[in-house]
Amino acid sequence: MTALNPDRLRLDFPILSRKIHGKPLVYLDNAATTQKPMSVIMSMTAYYERTNANVHRGVHTLSQEATSLMEQSRDKVAAFIGAPDPATVIFTRNATESINLVAYSWARKNLKPGDEILLTEMEHHSNLIPWQMAAQATGAVLRFIPVTGWDGFLDLSRLDGLLTPRTKLLAVTQMSNVLGTINPVTELARRAHAVGAKVLVDGAQSAPHLAVDVKTLGADFFAFSAHKMLGPTGLGVLWAPRALLETMEPFLGGGDMISQVWPDRATWNELPYKFEAGTPNITGAIAFGAAIDYLNQVGMDNIRAHEQDITGYALGTLKDRFPKIVLHGPADVAQRGGVVSFELPGVHPHDIGTILDREGVAVRAGHHCCQVLMKKFGVAGTARASFYLYNTRAEVDALVASLGQVERLFVPSVR
Amino acid sequence: MTDDLYREVILDHFRHPRNQGALEAPDVKVQGVNPLCGDSLELMFTVKEAKIADIKMTGNGCSISQSSASMMTEALKGKALGESEALAKAFKKMMLENGAAEDLPEDLEELSALEGVQKYPVRVKCALLAWNTLLQGLEEWKGKTK
Repeated sequence: MTALNPDRLRLDFPILSRKIHGKPLVYLDNAATTQKPMSVIMSMTAYYERTNANVHRGVHTLSQEATSLMEQSRDKVAAFIGAPDPATVIFTRNATESINLVAYSWARKNLKPGDEILLTEMEHHSNLIPWQMAAQATGAVLRFIPVTGWDGFLDLSRLDGLLTPRTKLLAVTQMSNVLGTINPVTELARRAHAVGAKVLVDGAQSAPHLAVDVKTLGADFFAFSAHKMLGPTGLGVLWAPRALLETMEPFLGGGDMISQVWPDRATWNELPYKFEAGTPNITGAIAFGAAIDYLNQVGMDNIRAHEQDITGYALGTLKDRFPKIVLHGPADVAQRGGVVSFELPGVHPHDIGTILDREGVAVRAGHHCCQVLMKKFGVAGTARASFYLYNTRAEVDALVASLGQVERLFVPSVR
Repeated sequence: MTDDLYREVILDHFRHPRNQGALEAPDVKVQGVNPLCGDSLELMFTVKEAKIADIKMTGNGCSISQSSASMMTEALKGKALGESEALAKAFKKMMLENGAAEDLPEDLEELSALEGVQKYPVRVKCALLAWNTLLQGLEEWKGKTK
């Protein structure tokens, strides 16, 4: 047993007491978004009730309080990922926007025809499409580190051939949202840096579940989203070292990102504001601070240990109960996060998703924004259960029981 | 709870889809895809005296899309083109506007089994895939014969 008691934590999440079709909600779609604890919800209400004002410009009390709350959150985010300088934490709308910021402000400036962007076959569309667009704009070429198979590992034997002096950027997910695989990003970054490439790490799935320290991670850019880690939707983060951010032009233009403005030109504000045009998601940033407080209180190491426990339990129970089930991703829970993609032969993932929903069990079904991976393996999609700190072994049992309903209905096809 | 959505007739058509396969010389052949879930089907039919003389389909997808397609081919074989179009529109109307299954034309009686899908807006697209593909095919035929 771990130091984390999910049954106690659940009391902090009002939504988890909801019933769906008369059954208790079993929320297993945490890789898509997570539920919010009362402290996060209250922080937003409290802000709107007591402090609401625009930030950075006002001299009045409310504006100064709002600014200070938002900047306190930035400090918390910086500390959470081990960034020594809070000004290197840029608030965006989501991880997708963070990656697009790099694709516009860095890639379009620094890539030329024939340069290569190295990705992996397990990237989410958010870490693929921005690079397709940047490649189209610059004449750069996309390369892919292959995935070995449904066991979910990157084929690192191919790395020597793929990393060349032409490689200008490696963009890789730290944890796959389909396979759960935790990629060796530090080692990958070391190899990429050796050929002079920059490294972007997509932390949308890892930052919520693993302790991250950008000082040792090896990333030049680190992107993640608040809503996948108990925070609100509409807030993401891009981190990069100050020296790198200083070389980059703004992504979006407007208020707040400028220093001096003349009719025909302007100079840019200092970091991080240079990259935060317009009124930011102040409420979201403040609520994210509350989410980080909550995560710190529980402890990222405890969260990781709990998720390893529950993932191992799920993998074992599913295989025992449904011998024909196909479980994707690494078998060893030390090499994966709490994301379990699976297929029941003969049953379409959307049928699984709908039947489970009728039993109150929320899972994701489909291509999970990873069509490249799905095409590689020749499937339209998979069903996916993904866990977080508030999930229990009893909920895994509910998942298994509801899959029993699927089996009962589709038994001639499963047989 | 689950059983009123996944009626036996749906599962039967899913397990044993009717009119599966290809026609040797179809007058119309159309592809339908639901990009959201990757479901796809190919529908083909021959036309004689302004009627659907024969109709076949191949494809893969969930039980809702496949059973809907299978039931559609059964309902439309031998039907006049104009009537087929009217039936397709009647079925779409029922699914999209939360209509009552008992208002469906008699020829679509079996398809009333899909009424429960209305409650799942995402899945309504699955149920309509074959019918939208058919409407596309009928348009193609109209273009050919103009």
